[in-house]
Amino acid sequence: MTDRFTENDTRLTEETWAELREIAARYPEARSGLLPMLHLVQSVEGRITPEGIEACAEILGITAAEVNGVATFYTMYKRKPVGDYHVGVCTNTLCAIMGGDAIFERLKDHLDVGNDETTDDGKITLEHVECNAACDYAPVMMVNWEFMDNQTPESAVQVVDDLRAGKTVHSTRGPRLCTWREAERVLAGFPDDLADEGPAAGPASLAGLKVARERGWSAPEAAQPRAVEQPASKAEAVAEADTSRAQSETKVEEVPGETQAEKKATGGEDK
Amino acid sequence: MTDTLTPVLTDNWDQERSWTLAAYEARGGYGAVDKAFAMTPDEVIGAVKESGLRGRGGAGFPTGMKWGFIPQDNPKPKYLVVNADESEPGTCKDIPLMMASPHTLVEGVIISAYAIRANQAFIYVRGEVLHVIRRLQRAVQEAYLAGHLGKNIHGSGFDLDLVVHAGAGAYICGEETALLEGLEGRRGQPRLRPPFPAVAGLYASPTVINNVESISSVPSILEHGPDWFAGMGTEKSQGYGIFSLSGHVKTPGQYEAPLGITLRELIDLAGGMREGHELKFWTPGGSSTPILTPDHLDVPLDFEGVGAAGSMLGTRALQIFDDTTCVVRAVLRWTEFYKHESCGKCTPCREGTYWLAQVMDRLEKGQGTEDDLDLLLDQCDNILGRAFCALGDGATSPISSSVQYFRDEYLAHITHGGCPFDPAASTLFASNVGAKA
Repeated sequence: MTDRFTENDTRLTEETWAELREIAARYPEARSGLLPMLHLVQSVEGRITPEGIEACAEILGITAAEVNGVATFYTMYKRKPVGDYHVGVCTNTLCAIMGGDAIFERLKDHLDVGNDETTDDGKITLEHVECNAACDYAPVMMVNWEFMDNQTPESAVQVVDDLRAGKTVHSTRGPRLCTWREAERVLAGFPDDLADEGPAAGPASLAGLKVARERGWSAPEAAQPRAVEQPASKAEAVAEADTSRAQSETKVEEVPGETQAEKKATGGEDK
Repeated sequence: MTDTLTPVLTDNWDQERSWTLAAYEARGGYGAVDKAFAMTPDEVIGAVKESGLRGRGGAGFPTGMKWGFIPQDNPKPKYLVVNADESEPGTCKDIPLMMASPHTLVEGVIISAYAIRANQAFIYVRGEVLHVIRRLQRAVQEAYLAGHLGKNIHGSGFDLDLVVHAGAGAYICGEETALLEGLEGRRGQPRLRPPFPAVAGLYASPTVINNVESISSVPSILEHGPDWFAGMGTEKSQGYGIFSLSGHVKTPGQYEAPLGITLRELIDLAGGMREGHELKFWTPGGSSTPILTPDHLDVPLDFEGVGAAGSMLGTRALQIFDDTTCVVRAVLRWTEFYKHESCGKCTPCREGTYWLAQVMDRLEKGQGTEDDLDLLLDQCDNILGRAFCALGDGATSPISSSVQYFRDEYLAHITHGGCPFDPAASTLFASNVGAKA
């Protein structure tokens, strides 16, 4: 049996090498391209491969170990082959409580896979994910990082069944779903042509706007003059800011010439 | 008297194809760029200072003042980096903004870069939002073709290049110096401050990092004037902001209002709590802000009001939980999240979040003791203020605040020998059943 962590039966093409160099050239310093370059490696290879790591290292003039260190830090980079569809169920607190835990359990059972595993047909990789910034649509499921809003265990099962059957499935707030590899190519900065598909916003995004329209509310037309109090110094601004950490760091930075009055002002607002 | 809701950033989200340049220009988009170009960069900074705009990414530092820290005598290039790594649990405002109106952000980037004299800007967007990234890529492409980006923008002589950079999954990259590490192609681990990014940021050059909503608010300030912006909100928390309601309210969603609105008002606008249930606890600004209770329904949601109530305004991520929710389960899950996302750089956070998760886990399973509560608080005490960045601090917030308000519920897990709640009752799909019953 081959070791799927180290096997490497593909060769990167000249075209891929050229695209990797193209990504690096977008930035004032080439190494900034590493994250999108690794996305491109996944798009071409279906995962992060040793050859992909070597290619990035060679183009950027860094060691393979340095690339590897980055590739293992970020959760979107996968060492094992990913299926055509990466299904991520949000199980962070809000989604979990709203039903994400039940959805994840049902999918594990239905697909007969555990977390971060792929179905035997190579179609679906199931993973539980952290908050994906769509809490007003909880519980949320992501397919290839597209939003599937307001899911139930039944709707989630329907989605994966349709995907396995080769049917076209649309994001609830976006386009028809592409494959994981195609998605990774977009993340590498090579756009597909799907930007204009899907709505501008889903219903929850428009909830407040709808209430405002119904009640005739809007932002003021013109300025309503009033006394405005602005912080006079950095120390004062930091004291008013919402983090005691910023205060302590700013104190470290404080120039010796700062007045006692300013120091007092900072201390006085300590939480 | 200002209206209860004041749609500015959300105002065009219900327009046909609002994400396109044509739709954005049809409503006067990119007009604020010309207003900015008619001013000197310092005058633009002055206007943003005068508006009172404070950072919308959580910390609330005055945006104009941040821009003013860029040392203009430094010969190195200046950089503007937009923090679009929206990942704080509960926070879901920047993603719909960039989905519906990416040009608002691009216009803000142009004005902000002009103010700090940067000719290169980046949008660091989390990688897990594919369609948002498509819309940003398209918006940037359209802006280049229309002459809003590139050389000699609008004939002003100002040049700006803008790169959309997709991250790869790391909550810590929302921390501005970790974000810079990610943008430099490294592991996303925070840097020691000082030096602050304004002095030595991206490529050790002067750098401003601002949240999506902060930058997107800039065009409206230029368009209507600083007094217009400052006329909304409260004395020290001026302007409008997007409030994100999620969880057990009838109509979760985005509600854009002047700072200082209360949760009572917002829940009312959202149609109330779901049928037959009452508010139990909530986060004012994401999971890193200490939880609050129904006693805090009338706290003004501005920086000062929420601070005085013992929490933080944060990102206005109002996660609403009703009486079906087990607070211990909720906090355990957040704790596991921080453990997963700890970058490993500093010991208090790397080790401490593991310790916290272990103790929380046995408490939730009913296998803990009352002494474990003291142990938990002692662990929090050893992480808070001792971790390298705010992630460790944030990990302690839900724990210490929940023990403060719901100590009895922790004890109930011990006496009950497990969780006394039915998880099915708190789900979205159970709510329909509950309403009929």
